Amino acid sequence: MQKLINWIDERLPITEAFENHMSKYYAPKNFNVWYIFGVLSMVVLVNQLLTGIWLTMSYNPTAEGAFASVEYIMRDVEYGWLLRYLHSTGASAFFIVVYLHMFRGLMYGSYKKPRELIWIFGMAIYLALMAEAFMGYLLPWGQMSYWGAQVIVNLFGAIPYIGEGLSLWIRGDYLISGVTLNRFFALHVAALPIVILALVVLHILALHTVGSNNPDGIEIKKNKDENGIPKDGIPFHPFYSVHDLVGIVVFLFVFCGVVFFFPEMGGYFLEKPNFEPANSLKTPEHIAPVWYFTPFYAMLRAVPHAFSGVIVMGGAIAILFVLPWLDRSPVKSIRYKGWMSKLALALLVVSFAVLGYLGVVAATPERTILARILTAVYFAYFILMPWFTRIEKTKPVPERVTG
Amino acid sequence: MIKRIVLTAFLSICSLGVNAAGGSAIPLDHIKTNISDKESLQSGLSTFMNYCFACHSMQYARYERAAVDLDIPQKVFEENLLVGDTKIGQLMTISMAEDQAKLWFGNPPPDLTLSARLRGGDWLYSYMRGFYVDSKRPYGVNNVVFKDVGMPHVLAGLQGVCAEAPELGVEPVVDPLSGNVVKQSGCYEFATEGSLSPEEYDLVIHDLVNFLTYVGEPSKLESERIGRNVLIFLAFLFVFVYFLNKEYWREMH
Repeated sequence: MQKLINWIDERLPITEAFENHMSKYYAPKNFNVWYIFGVLSMVVLVNQLLTGIWLTMSYNPTAEGAFASVEYIMRDVEYGWLLRYLHSTGASAFFIVVYLHMFRGLMYGSYKKPRELIWIFGMAIYLALMAEAFMGYLLPWGQMSYWGAQVIVNLFGAIPYIGEGLSLWIRGDYLISGVTLNRFFALHVAALPIVILALVVLHILALHTVGSNNPDGIEIKKNKDENGIPKDGIPFHPFYSVHDLVGIVVFLFVFCGVVFFFPEMGGYFLEKPNFEPANSLKTPEHIAPVWYFTPFYAMLRAVPHAFSGVIVMGGAIAILFVLPWLDRSPVKSIRYKGWMSKLALALLVVSFAVLGYLGVVAATPERTILARILTAVYFAYFILMPWFTRIEKTKPVPERVTG
Repeated sequence: MIKRIVLTAFLSICSLGVNAAGGSAIPLDHIKTNISDKESLQSGLSTFMNYCFACHSMQYARYERAAVDLDIPQKVFEENLLVGDTKIGQLMTISMAEDQAKLWFGNPPPDLTLSARLRGGDWLYSYMRGFYVDSKRPYGVNNVVFKDVGMPHVLAGLQGVCAEAPELGVEPVVDPLSGNVVKQSGCYEFATEGSLSPEEYDLVIHDLVNFLTYVGEPSKLESERIGRNVLIFLAFLFVFVYFLNKEYWREMH
């Protein structure tokens, strides 16, 4: 075995790569439960890639055959139902773990210098993931697939001058059709997965260059022993690899519980109108995107003017990219920030969650006003951040991690 | 106004966990389905084949799958349920032309493979018990669950036709003195009598909806069976990885 490894090492430095990223990558020893969601995103990504490849083997990307081929997978393909539920549940699980992963970043200031690039790559992954999920959602060719795509692609039409042409270019037709389905399929199964994988590699390479943040927001590399090893660091492998295994098993327990027992998740993971084939002549009573897009959808609906709504919705995502430069606090972690940062983060979470709910249900005048208030709260978190992070009184940060 | 907005906010937070589908505004009767009840499923299949299948396809399902899952021997199935030279491995399609169907009913009768997943069991159960006499409609009947529906009351021979719009989704009211049920869901007065009593008819519909629920997701029972084993395996694996992790981290503390 060692001979084989030596043989490869002379041609490709696999031992060195393993050491750099696993056995000699020193991670802070005070990671808490919030640090599991990065690795869980990887688990879900692998699940999506594998089940996706197998689904592709039986799926038919045409307007005539798509819906029936999904039912063929569900009924006639051996364990096709399992592949499909793993994939559909995986899509929602991906967003759950990614949202929690992002929240961890917000909480402990993981976006702050020197980790700006990690954050930006992460945001790019999130953006690519939204595109991937949106295009994947058209593929079953159900009513909600169809009309959801119709609504979202029409949004581009609200852009002055180029809008109409742009949405026509995206669809390849005057309305969502088999042409759109075909191109979304190509992007969903080939182009976007490559982009996501490349971004994940960059995200991790950038992380392993500067090292992981931790709940105290302390740079462990500032405190090294005589061998140059951070005093508060421990080798990722085996310590965090076995540690993560526990988290992965707990996650799989919940995930499999949904896959095997509640794959529809009460209409949140698989929407009921999608059990009816797409019909361009019949608009569903109530069009709601899948839950992970609803906070942004609620913001869109809250703005009376179409193009302004698109700007607000796009801005809500775009503003996250510049977060590293909005936070002026001398400390990273919420543990040592002042009450204003804590309150602001809590308000952000509440506004995002309630907007998510408002995006699911039909709009009423009260709900629209509430959505407007919450949209303002959401943006206030970012716009006021340079101010409240500078003026608030922070607590002293300890020299070493606090366990 | 502010009060109402605050109330909306509060209700929004409270209802985050509630079903996204919204649900029907029409009150529905609740049905308790049990897809492991083979006898009920067989009865439902029989009703479906005899009364629904002339107009409604089940184009994503195969006869054979139903025969296997419902424990019906292939020979019995072929002799009793297949017409002409239909093969048991075929999909359950119908020969009615869509344009003709449109002419007869206004809209072609929908495929029923996924009706239970689309509409839900309660809706189907209530709909099939929601027909009543309405001379203004082309087939002389209307439906409380699906107003002005184009479908005739195909099961009128069994249920009869209700003289007035039946009230569905109501809790049974019992007279405290006599103990008699004075009000309950369903039909009381019939314009024409059917061959079954209301209780017998409800059972026929129950079995039919049970069958439609099974057809909507035929892998459900297998999924739950495998799921149980997977969760048991993961529970054991958890114990193993938990102690493995503890062993590694012991030296850290």
